Amino acid sequence: MAEAIPLDRAAMAARVARDIPEGWIVNLGVGVPTQVADHVPLDRDVIFHSENGILGMGPAPTPEQFDPWLVNAGKKAVTLKPGAALFHHADSFAMIRGGHIDLCVLGAFEVAETGDLANWSTDSNDKTPAVGGAMDLAVGAKRVWVVMEHTTRDGRPRLVKTCSYPLTALGSISRIYTNLAVIDVESKGFVVREMIPGMTREALQNRTEAKLHLAATTERLS
Amino acid sequence: MIDKRCHVAEALKDVSDGATVMIGGFGAVGQPDFLIDGLVEQGARDLVVVANNAGWSRETGIPRLFDLGRVRKIVCSFPKNSPAFDDLFRVGKIELEIVPQGTLAERIRAAGAGVPAFFTATGVGTQMAAGKEVREFGGKTYLMEEALHADLALVEAWCGDRWGNLSYRGSGRNFNPIMAMAARLTVAQVHETVDLGGIAPDEVVTPGLFVNHVVDINGVARHG
Repeated sequence: MAEAIPLDRAAMAARVARDIPEGWIVNLGVGVPTQVADHVPLDRDVIFHSENGILGMGPAPTPEQFDPWLVNAGKKAVTLKPGAALFHHADSFAMIRGGHIDLCVLGAFEVAETGDLANWSTDSNDKTPAVGGAMDLAVGAKRVWVVMEHTTRDGRPRLVKTCSYPLTALGSISRIYTNLAVIDVESKGFVVREMIPGMTREALQNRTEAKLHLAATTERLS
Repeated sequence: MIDKRCHVAEALKDVSDGATVMIGGFGAVGQPDFLIDGLVEQGARDLVVVANNAGWSRETGIPRLFDLGRVRKIVCSFPKNSPAFDDLFRVGKIELEIVPQGTLAERIRAAGAGVPAFFTATGVGTQMAAGKEVREFGGKTYLMEEALHADLALVEAWCGDRWGNLSYRGSGRNFNPIMAMAARLTVAQVHETVDLGGIAPDEVVTPGLFVNHVVDINGVARHG
């Protein structure tokens, strides 16, 4: 059997983008989640929200478009699409906490089979703790998806029974996109929807701490 | 005649040691660096700073206050990428209260709106819940969060007038309009002052009653 080749970050972002339908209001976390916007077709009306007070955020500016007074939640320069709106932080988080955001895509250190999320702190003493808007997004958005590598750099599973890192939110994640699989979080736990070509259930389970359930049909992840 | 326009030294002359100071901005956008420089000159010490970030470069903004040992505590959501903060934090020379960003914004807004506390699902089941009252509404669990008041708010807007009305540019609103509401004394730095009516009434974002002093930085743009 051919060796299973994990998706790279761009392919992971592109896979998430395929599941975002027209009309959704979407907030993207920093890192791979931010790249998701690059893979949503321009003719699909998806409205991107940024915590610092933007609805209708567009891509990074050309040198001519650059405005130092317009940044996204990752403090990077962005543009506005026609129809965009600007507002202050309390309104921005009212949108989040009030359940007005259809989808939030976040990175994570760990996701538990209960949907618990750990993505803000590794509790290590040499790092300054910083939570930003992750806790608000994780409880407030209508649905929260995670995009992350299936295991840590040294091979430890990130899909776990119980998170070992400090929690961001309880039971908030409904879907996980990794470089190996697409996995739903349901009441019985992790359900595998898609796997990369060449990946077997056994090999995926070996890279996962919690039990994996197979969906009725498991699709090819590409 | 109401005229809130003044020089930075005049605006900040009564700030006392131990004051709680809100500082607007998200990243370098909407950060009142000119007023922070004024606070450095003014000399108040033992400050509690409320801001989303802990600044970036040591040359400007909040890190100048850190390096001079003026800040006792910071209340913020994301104090990363600030070498001046890291240096103090690592050796225990500054107190840190981490607050989720949306809870920080709402605690500030609540203070300005006369709401002493509110309930939010943010932080339930996490370290943020420690010591907080928990209540159920409609079968869901919430934490009680208290309003966050300040003695002084330093904010940045784009345009101001002599009544203190403010308008903003780009993503420069962020924490500025709500901090302007939450402090006993609010000082705004603006890039431009206009005559009354120069900001159309339906484009005023912060009505002048929230603002005590307007400092025109004469187009000295600081792009961080």
